[in-house]
Amino acid sequence: MSLVLIAVLALLGLCLIAGAILGFAAVRFKVEGDPIAEQINALLPQTQCGQCGYPGCKPYAEAIAGGDKINKCPPGGEATIQALADLLDVEAEPLDAVEGEKPQMVAFIREAECIGCTKCIQACPVDAIVGAARQMHTVIASECTGCDLCVEPCPVDCIDMIEVGSTVQSWKWDKPLAPGQLIASDREQAA
Amino acid sequence: MTELILIMVSAILVNNFVLVQFLGLCPFMGVSKKIETAIGLSLATTFVLTLAAMCSYLVQQYVLKPLDLEFLRTISFILVIAVTVQFTEMVVNKTSPLLYRVLGIFLPLITTNCIVLGVALLNANKAEFTFITATANGFAAGLGFSLVLVLFAAMRERIAIADVPKSFQGAAIGMITAGLMSLAFMGFAGLIKL
Amino acid sequence: MSAQEKIWDIPGGIHPAERKELSNRTPIQQAPLPKRLVLPLGQHIGTVAEPCVVVGQRVRKGEKIAEANGVVSVPLHAPTSGTVVFIGEQPYPHASGILAPAIVIDSDGLDEWIELAPHPDYRSLEPGELLTLIREAGISGLGGAGFPTAVKITARPTQKIHTLIINGTECEPYITADDLLMRERAGELVSGIDILVQLIQPDQVLIGIEDNKPEAIAAVRDACSERSYQVRVFPTKYPSGGEKQLIQILTGVEVPSGGLPADIGILCQNVGTCVAIHDAVVHGKPLISRITTLTGEALTRPGNVEALLGTPVGELLEFAGLDTSKLNRLIMGGPMMGFTLLSLDVPLIKTSNCLLASTAAELPPPPPAMPCIRCGECAEACPASLLPQQLHFFALGQEHEQLKAHNLFDCIECGACAYVCPSSIPLVQYYRAAKAEIRELEQKQLKAEHSKQRFEQRQERLRRAEEQKEAERKARAEKAARAKAAQAEAPPAAAAAPADETLKKLKIEASMAQVALKKAEKQLAAHDTPELQAQVSELRAAAKAAQQALADAQTAAPAPTPAPAPKPTGDEVLKKAKIEAAMLKAQLRKLEKIENPDDEQQAEITRVRQQLEAAEKALADLEKQAPAPAAKPAGDDALKKAKVELAMKRAELKKAEKAGADEAALQPLRDALTAAEQALHAAEAASGKPAPELVRSERPGVDEKFKALKTEAAFARADLRKLERDESAAGEALEQARTRLTEAERKLNEYQP
Repeated sequence: MSLVLIAVLALLGLCLIAGAILGFAAVRFKVEGDPIAEQINALLPQTQCGQCGYPGCKPYAEAIAGGDKINKCPPGGEATIQALADLLDVEAEPLDAVEGEKPQMVAFIREAECIGCTKCIQACPVDAIVGAARQMHTVIASECTGCDLCVEPCPVDCIDMIEVGSTVQSWKWDKPLAPGQLIASDREQAA
Repeated sequence: MTELILIMVSAILVNNFVLVQFLGLCPFMGVSKKIETAIGLSLATTFVLTLAAMCSYLVQQYVLKPLDLEFLRTISFILVIAVTVQFTEMVVNKTSPLLYRVLGIFLPLITTNCIVLGVALLNANKAEFTFITATANGFAAGLGFSLVLVLFAAMRERIAIADVPKSFQGAAIGMITAGLMSLAFMGFAGLIKL
Repeated sequence: MSAQEKIWDIPGGIHPAERKELSNRTPIQQAPLPKRLVLPLGQHIGTVAEPCVVVGQRVRKGEKIAEANGVVSVPLHAPTSGTVVFIGEQPYPHASGILAPAIVIDSDGLDEWIELAPHPDYRSLEPGELLTLIREAGISGLGGAGFPTAVKITARPTQKIHTLIINGTECEPYITADDLLMRERAGELVSGIDILVQLIQPDQVLIGIEDNKPEAIAAVRDACSERSYQVRVFPTKYPSGGEKQLIQILTGVEVPSGGLPADIGILCQNVGTCVAIHDAVVHGKPLISRITTLTGEALTRPGNVEALLGTPVGELLEFAGLDTSKLNRLIMGGPMMGFTLLSLDVPLIKTSNCLLASTAAELPPPPPAMPCIRCGECAEACPASLLPQQLHFFALGQEHEQLKAHNLFDCIECGACAYVCPSSIPLVQYYRAAKAEIRELEQKQLKAEHSKQRFEQRQERLRRAEEQKEAERKARAEKAARAKAAQAEAPPAAAAAPADETLKKLKIEASMAQVALKKAEKQLAAHDTPELQAQVSELRAAAKAAQQALADAQTAAPAPTPAPAPKPTGDEVLKKAKIEAAMLKAQLRKLEKIENPDDEQQAEITRVRQQLEAAEKALADLEKQAPAPAAKPAGDDALKKAKVELAMKRAELKKAEKAGADEAALQPLRDALTAAEQALHAAEAASGKPAPELVRSERPGVDEKFKALKTEAAFARADLRKLERDESAAGEALEQARTRLTEAERKLNEYQP
């Protein structure tokens, strides 16, 4: 009988000491905020376009930190998904968007039709459109991220999204195809 | 001093806990895809092992033996290990939130890592072990685990971009590699008689 | 070999078959004058040049046709006299086949030179002047890379260049352009080196030539017998001609990873560039031609030509006797580092040192790549001591961090590793693709960081604007509250207050219903559909009901007293009365705007008018009472007030005219205007200021009607386009939109201001 009592008391004692240590540690090593969201945000393309369903890149980063899927960003494309997968050590899934990965676009205002209403200026998340009320509006091409948010508000529909084509300077080599398949079953898979 | 060295060499190479005694295989396979995560987990496990070895030795010497409660060994060791792991989790979360996030579930799973309980129980069984030797044994077990985990992670990173046949990709080729590593570590057998 | 003639060796390297005998047995020939020249604006590393001629302009040989654009750029000159026929996209010698902007000149056959400005006595020139001459002559590196020479010489202005290395190596198989140049123009070469020596004052000059060019070595040695320039001959190996490799061979020093030779005090120039410098400084001739090797087994007369820049490649090959049936692959450059040309239309540019017309047997297509067997041959062959095997695997796995750690960007893409690979893996392609990927990713990251900053700044700006608005709103509210508190002792307002509240609410509801009705009616006017009609009738009913409720409440409650009684200060009361009057005036105006007022609204209008009269009377009384408030505000104040009065009267008159009011209404307004003008004059006289120059600008002002028509047209266009884009739009809706647009445009065209 007394042995059981001693056993129980001993274990109780151990548990109490353990609890005290953990309690102290919980206070001492408290972590504020969510630094992971910052690191995730650094990998996103910052177009603030909202195509992921969140009102900007920072909210999506916080959602991913909270456990959301990483394949919702069309402007970031495959490269961003891969980078996020590497950072968070999860599987890289294919892009989950209606149109898939589009080439880089830039907005262009047809100045002959612009009426100077400033609606597009208010819509641009990076202030890439220069202009004022009743003055000509134009897009600063080097600042434009191609997010597409200015096209809708324009009442005279004078904004085009143009693809940024490759010039001799910006053209890059394609990757060579992977070396030949060795095993017959792999060749069948590929074929 | 020689005894310490012998114990350490034994724990790291000759009787390596992962490749020879086949303990702790879950984190070994699960966290070895990238070298950075492997290093992170192995540091955490070594920390836990050392602390757990120390604390369980103390519990064994000053609580269980005097009070004649040897039959409570397992449960009290588990309690000690769980507390140590929880403490480690908080430290990791504070120092490297990214590592914490990346290790995910494997950090609390160190509690169930057979190596930790194994070292604690082995230390308890060997009556001639002192506090220092018990700690050294735990630390060396951690070092051995780290060595093998990092080696394996390095190999898996290379295998990931190699041209592995479809049916072998993933865990299969990993297991084969682990088996080959284990064969290699058999070469240390007989190095130390302990 | 004396102790000072020591040479070192580079690690790795290969010895491919040289095949130089195809083209080094004949002297340099002059290529025939082509009929049309295509001069790309970007023949160098750096910013593309800007054209400074126009289509149709006649240019002479050597005339500048494009200006350098920025620091890292060179100008472009016309290689022969003729007429500029086109400025735009033209074929460009590039692996991708992409077009690039160029100037096209049709030659007139006269080959007439522009006036040259030679400087045979260049020793008296300052370094700055020499550099300008070199830059203005359009000289960029002729060895293959094409970096602007003037910029390269001054790349590290603070660093003293102690060794000038002249690159006559030409290590790549097939190419013999530099060989022939050294044989035939050794004098000009040495003169060019003299100019460089004067410019940078090095401690020593080393001329590196491979030992497979005995005639060239002899010629150059002969030419610099008077000078202290040292000709260093070393064993033939590919790729000894690379800048970094040659430096290592001649001096034993390695250029630091990611650095320039100038960082360790060494400058390297190609022999062709030196001859071009001589031409530019001594003869004043800009860079308009170069020596190019035409070789390959598909040519019957291979050799070297001095060809004008911009000559179509096809013409040169024809001159060398191209047999198109044998031609399998046309390469610009050598077999190791050249690229395949996709068409014969591309022009010769400053960096084209060789055209290799190969047959299928000569350069067979590469066998299919097999997996890497980790033999290590590539690492042994690499002249930059890299690990091509590792780089290959990292490139496959896209491990950018590892690639950077293994110095991918130090790879000179010489192709030695791919040459020795037993599995025929196209290693250089992997490295090029990986480099491009890494560069692109870095650029994207920079752009994203930049966009993030702009976004955050914008949020900041919006937040500040909000805060400011809030602050102003608060200040206004406080002021109003204070004013209210100041005269709030009167309880009679209390009773009226709740009634006031409900009244206000009903008023708001009524006006809201009115606005909604108005909107729906407008929509109905644009698109007539049964749903909209139903909506409109609903809203009309709702509006009527709201009005009814309001009228009932108003008749029930006593007419709200405009301003409760007390009199703190004469000024305050006066101000209040003025505000009251103004508010009522505004209300009246709004009500009068309603087009077809029904009975209740009519009643409302008369009521408000009565209130306005009462308020104005009260105001007039107060003004009379108040002891000539602010009796004589300084003459300035009166002046200001008079000006304001005048402006207001003028505006009123204009508005009335616009609204088409009849003469009876306009006359009193006009009188008021003249009265105000007189008052202004009086005030001006009183204030003693000199009469200002009254320049009444007779600007016609914006024609309202024209603007309206334009806007209508724009809206019609936008609507049509939106409908066109919308697949589910009904056919007749589209038709309607189209007719609307044509109507609007017709009206616009017909309108005569």
